[in-house]
Amino acid sequence: MSSVTEEIRETARQLLADGKVDVVIGYEKGSLPLKATPCFVRTVQDVDKLIWDETCENNLAAFSYKISGKKAIITKGCDSRALVVLLQENQLVKDDLYIIGVSCQGVVDKRKIENELGEIIEATIADGKISVKGMSGSGEFTFAEVKDATCQTCRYPNPVIEDIHLGGTVEVPEQAVLFADVLEMEAKSDSEREAYFGEQMDKCIRCYSCRNACPLCYCQECFVDCNTPRWLTGGVNRAENLFFQAGRVLHLAGRCVDCGTCSRACPQGVDIRALNRKMSRDVLEMYQHESGISEDVKPALNVYSGDDPEAFLVKE
Amino acid sequence: MKISKEKFGQSVDALSSDYRLIAPVSEAGGVNYKAVKSFSDVKQDYLNSKLPPKSLFFPQHEKLISYVKNGKDVTVKNELKVEKTILFGVRPCDAKGLLLLDKVFKNDQYQDPYYYERRNNTVVIGMACKTIAPTCFCSSMGLSPASSEGADIFLIDLGDSYDLEIITEKGKALLGDLGLSELTAQEQALVDAVKSAQTTSQVDVSTITEKLDKMFDNPYWENLQEKCLGCNTCSFSCPTCHCFDISEEVCQNSGSRVRTWDACMAPLFTLHGSGHNPRSTQKARWRQRMMHKFNYFVHNNGDIACVGCGRCIRSCPVNMDMRQIIDGVNKAELVVE
Repeated sequence: MSSVTEEIRETARQLLADGKVDVVIGYEKGSLPLKATPCFVRTVQDVDKLIWDETCENNLAAFSYKISGKKAIITKGCDSRALVVLLQENQLVKDDLYIIGVSCQGVVDKRKIENELGEIIEATIADGKISVKGMSGSGEFTFAEVKDATCQTCRYPNPVIEDIHLGGTVEVPEQAVLFADVLEMEAKSDSEREAYFGEQMDKCIRCYSCRNACPLCYCQECFVDCNTPRWLTGGVNRAENLFFQAGRVLHLAGRCVDCGTCSRACPQGVDIRALNRKMSRDVLEMYQHESGISEDVKPALNVYSGDDPEAFLVKE
Repeated sequence: MKISKEKFGQSVDALSSDYRLIAPVSEAGGVNYKAVKSFSDVKQDYLNSKLPPKSLFFPQHEKLISYVKNGKDVTVKNELKVEKTILFGVRPCDAKGLLLLDKVFKNDQYQDPYYYERRNNTVVIGMACKTIAPTCFCSSMGLSPASSEGADIFLIDLGDSYDLEIITEKGKALLGDLGLSELTAQEQALVDAVKSAQTTSQVDVSTITEKLDKMFDNPYWENLQEKCLGCNTCSFSCPTCHCFDISEEVCQNSGSRVRTWDACMAPLFTLHGSGHNPRSTQKARWRQRMMHKFNYFVHNNGDIACVGCGRCIRSCPVNMDMRQIIDGVNKAELVVE
């Protein structure tokens, strides 16, 4: 058991015993190999369920406003950025929140392993190596090889807001070029990009797991569910799917915290993040704004400045 | 009895002027059932399709009728299009799934013309599973990796050939006299091994229907759904989920009446026009999911509406595991009134 897991359990035990919180939102071991699952601990007896490792992939901030009462939340860097945005947007009461910050080395992308070895039968993580027995063979991977794509470009592995920090901190890796993935996509021709996103949109089954996993998609009525007026049909095809995905991304402009939970939640492996990343880069370029870094910095779309760039509107 | 894959393929391809062939193929999202030009395009080594074949009979979004209004004249067009189809390579769980959908859309009291016509014009060629995923649990649902229920013709892959069994008259009529040969002793041993295989994962559903009779108000439902995101993944990947919504998609003077999959996990499910929703909480929606599959469907149709394919388990973003939820029902304490 990792020492962070032990610290999390001890902290949760104290918070619950002292009556400081009603519930601790964390992770427990899932029923599938390399899969942790969100859990809600309300009694001291249950705290030993809590774990912390490279399989804790869900963004728990998505539960922060759904669970009532005073709550402690196990919070990675990206989760903490989502909490900042939620606090800024008045979706959370700070006094009801106790943020248990943990630094994150990144999470495992099970799909990369399953693409090679088939469905995973069993797996163990030890000393930075992941040993896997899959349906079509066994193999060993370094953590770096199977790290989620989001985590490979992560610049905020340490929580930006927290009430307590458990475990050490993670050094932020230097990135020679920010948003290299976006630049690569932009360098492609229109037809190449159309082909790429067309293939991605063909995979989408409109299950809305991306939207529902997203901590910042909290609209009570999403535009896709609205029927007066009906913005789009239930048709599952390239055009309608892109309308949904692009609409969602635009709604996250200046808000998306690049946690990647949308792409991880997608059962079809749609590269949703490619759209979000482009939006994040545009917001950074145009407004020098990164969402969820500080409660004191107003979100890009909430501030008007006379010299805001309008290159998309008029020639500058 | 045995037939070489080459000869089987030739027989299927010979029918291509009358039948379209739908079979597993590899595409960007995984293996799925798609129309193929020739039997040689069919993917032979696949665990199961990413999505079940139900959408071939009951599409996710389907135009039922379309209409054009011109003054007081309205022209209505029936949008039903049916093609004679060979559906190749259906796994036992999904073949059983089709039988369960039949109970809803193609029964003594009611025949849904869209589903019914497609189903009647399709011959299902089933395929035994030689590899079994750790999340498969069909053996607990009255099936097995080699059960032929729901197939018109059933195959077991023997490498260069198939063990072929004609199950129904429809299957017999499709291929006619194929000139089958006897299995060798070695092949017979392989067939026996496939037929005796069971899934490693098991659940107990022996008393679940009776138990659920007494569980509508049970506290078990209270926290069960807490981590559920309320997305449609489990329903859309389920071979037996069949809830739908009918709506009008209208633009000025023309429009169509469409049927779209609905999913009990979504907040819009059973939302009334008045704004009232009898299942307004995720708790009520999860109870509905379990009751519908393991209780109501059994009372109405005599069968559990789960085939143990495991897709919902593999696809869930937060690891809601149907096997654990079934187990939880079994272990739940009944509230004594």
